[in-house]
Amino acid sequence: MSILIKNGHIIDPAQGIDKKGDILIEGDEISQIGGKIKKKADVEINAEGLIVAPGFIDLHSHLREPGGEEKETVESGLRAAVAGGFTTVCAMPNTDPPCDTRAQVEFLKNRAKETGLGTGLPVGAITKDRKGTHMTEMCELKEAGCLAVSDDGDSVEDSVIMRRALEYASMADLVVMSHCEDKELVDEGVMNEGYWSTVLGLGPIPGKAESIMVDRDIQLAELAGARLHIAHVSTAESVDIIRRAKARGVRVTAEVTPHHLTLSDEALTTYDTNLKVNPPLRSDNDIRELKKGLKDGTIDAIATDHAPHLENEKEREFNYAPFGMIGFETALPLVRKALIEEGHLSWPELISKLTVSPAKVLGYDRGSLAVGEIADIVLINPDKEWVYEKSKVQSKSSNSPFIGWTLKGAVEGVIIAGKQVQVEQK
Amino acid sequence: MTKKKQIPWEKKNLLGIEELSEEEIQLILDHAVGFKEILGRPIPKVPTLRGKTIVNLFCEPSTRTRSSFELAAKRLSADTLNVATASSSFAKGESLKDTAKNIEAMKIDMIIMRHACAGAPLFLSKNVDASVINAGDGSHEHPTQALLDVFTVREKLGKVSGLKVSIIGDIAHSRVARSNIWALTKMGASVTVCGPKTLLPAEIEKMGIKATSSLREAVEGADVLNVLRIQFERQKKAFFPSLREYVREFGIKADVLEKYAKKDIVIMHPGPINRGVELSQEVADGPYSVILDQVTNGVAVRMAILFLLGHARGKGGLKSRKNGKK
Repeated sequence: MSILIKNGHIIDPAQGIDKKGDILIEGDEISQIGGKIKKKADVEINAEGLIVAPGFIDLHSHLREPGGEEKETVESGLRAAVAGGFTTVCAMPNTDPPCDTRAQVEFLKNRAKETGLGTGLPVGAITKDRKGTHMTEMCELKEAGCLAVSDDGDSVEDSVIMRRALEYASMADLVVMSHCEDKELVDEGVMNEGYWSTVLGLGPIPGKAESIMVDRDIQLAELAGARLHIAHVSTAESVDIIRRAKARGVRVTAEVTPHHLTLSDEALTTYDTNLKVNPPLRSDNDIRELKKGLKDGTIDAIATDHAPHLENEKEREFNYAPFGMIGFETALPLVRKALIEEGHLSWPELISKLTVSPAKVLGYDRGSLAVGEIADIVLINPDKEWVYEKSKVQSKSSNSPFIGWTLKGAVEGVIIAGKQVQVEQK
Repeated sequence: MTKKKQIPWEKKNLLGIEELSEEEIQLILDHAVGFKEILGRPIPKVPTLRGKTIVNLFCEPSTRTRSSFELAAKRLSADTLNVATASSSFAKGESLKDTAKNIEAMKIDMIIMRHACAGAPLFLSKNVDASVINAGDGSHEHPTQALLDVFTVREKLGKVSGLKVSIIGDIAHSRVARSNIWALTKMGASVTVCGPKTLLPAEIEKMGIKATSSLREAVEGADVLNVLRIQFERQKKAFFPSLREYVREFGIKADVLEKYAKKDIVIMHPGPINRGVELSQEVADGPYSVILDQVTNGVAVRMAILFLLGHARGKGGLKSRKNGKK
């Protein structure tokens, strides 16, 4: 089986490629890239006017299986991911039961494989049952296929346990992904603390509840000599702390979500529970600093934090609704708007944050179109406008505040390990 | 009051003061004057809302506000139904949306809602055709309280514009404070909020007011003090060390008034009072206190609101009933 992609605008930040050319895929690998390729192939794709890039890698998502299959399954989640151009997604371990054993890791990997829809990379828990008290068997998790561990949804509150987990994880060559949140400081908060929480009378979450933990975890990673990845950075101060840590050589990386780059806390005047996310939507100043952080390399990756919830869970009082919004299918157009339209990043810079850069965070051998690499590829129509309609959502849940929005930038096709994958249009 | 003339009121719901214009606030207050006069008559009842059904949906305990609304509705000849649900049962059992749909299926015209969660009345209004009146939602707004407060100020001092009003107490968790801030600033008063620093919410000065933790600063030069109820028992992690220290620093006592207050200062309180805490006994019952006038005025103001919303429903643009369909 061979595929020839012709006349596309190839953007592969891993190799510094940003020009028109062809790509030949043979079997599951890329066998030739660049220039005019004359060879015959089984399938020819005319990519005139399209960007051809490595498939996106999402460091942060919730596929809900096992335990939350009514919200999302590995199959429906990966389908939504493919629709958004993601060919690899990291699945956070806050499932029921949590992903904290070899059996769980293998279950998830196999489930993903069965779908034929791209790679699901299980993120193992840092602590058993995500309780924050006993480390998981990280060496075995690594052997089973984990590249990262996280207690996402919670910080490991006990500093000595976090220190030892970082030390142990670094021995197992796992990156520790930290959800940074001081729960005591969050108290009963449900939105960013500031003018709008005051006006709306909603419980405030101070930005410091995040940056205090970012600071602690960076210092612990420094002590442990470990690799630390900060999940869903949302405040200016966190960006500043990470920037300074990187400057002094701490092995820390960071991600930001499309929604934190797109919406500020002012949007909550509608009390739309689809805007209730953790960390909360922050201020305009935070958004500015997040963009600067992406530009100067402080923030390595864009990750969705795709978090499906049922309509009846979200259709209620703001205080009682769960945190989270889905994000796979809207990621590309949202970051296009926030970062390219506003002139913060070029296309190659943006694609880097979705491909090679998250791959580096994980130590994952994808995210490049180099000859010999597994052919995970996305075809992007950069200027196509489309309306995000509820009836067309691929995810099992539709908890997105962007439904009804006209978005610019569309995924036109995805190739996973040398196979064209079509997501059935709804 | 029933004569059919053009009244410049279009709103279907009353969800907060923030969304009202100064003209709309004045309109409510002006109508309340008329209704207060009716309340003074031997038979204090008019047929304005005869045949209309008004539901009191109280998902949080309330005596004063609920009674006041019920009485206001009855004085306007509406039928009333009280539905009291502890908010905790919402958290577990029937969803608010289902509750709303069920109540509406009974063919009603207005829902007066009190709820522990900010934004709940807005949510309700998106799910029912009935008019929704916010009777207090979490720490967000309590519009009718603010309207009766400014009504009382206007009645006692002849105007609101140009006055200095200080609101004292737990500002962070107070819907009364927020609604009062909107109403007073829209009407041209200058507002100061005062309380322990732990109970002043973030960036509140951006609402166009002053915030201070100095009681002296709040009392000096003030025409009106609106003193909020302090709830120490319910604080899981305390915002101040003791009631004793609160009283010492922020309690409105005779000596505080003697030292710092204007001679003709007006003291208000939305009730229920913790005597000896935010207000001392002698101040609560003293000559400056207008607390019971507030209660009387509450009925008149609520009649005005029910009247105006009913009026808007009667106009062409709004269908008063749609067979329960959305």
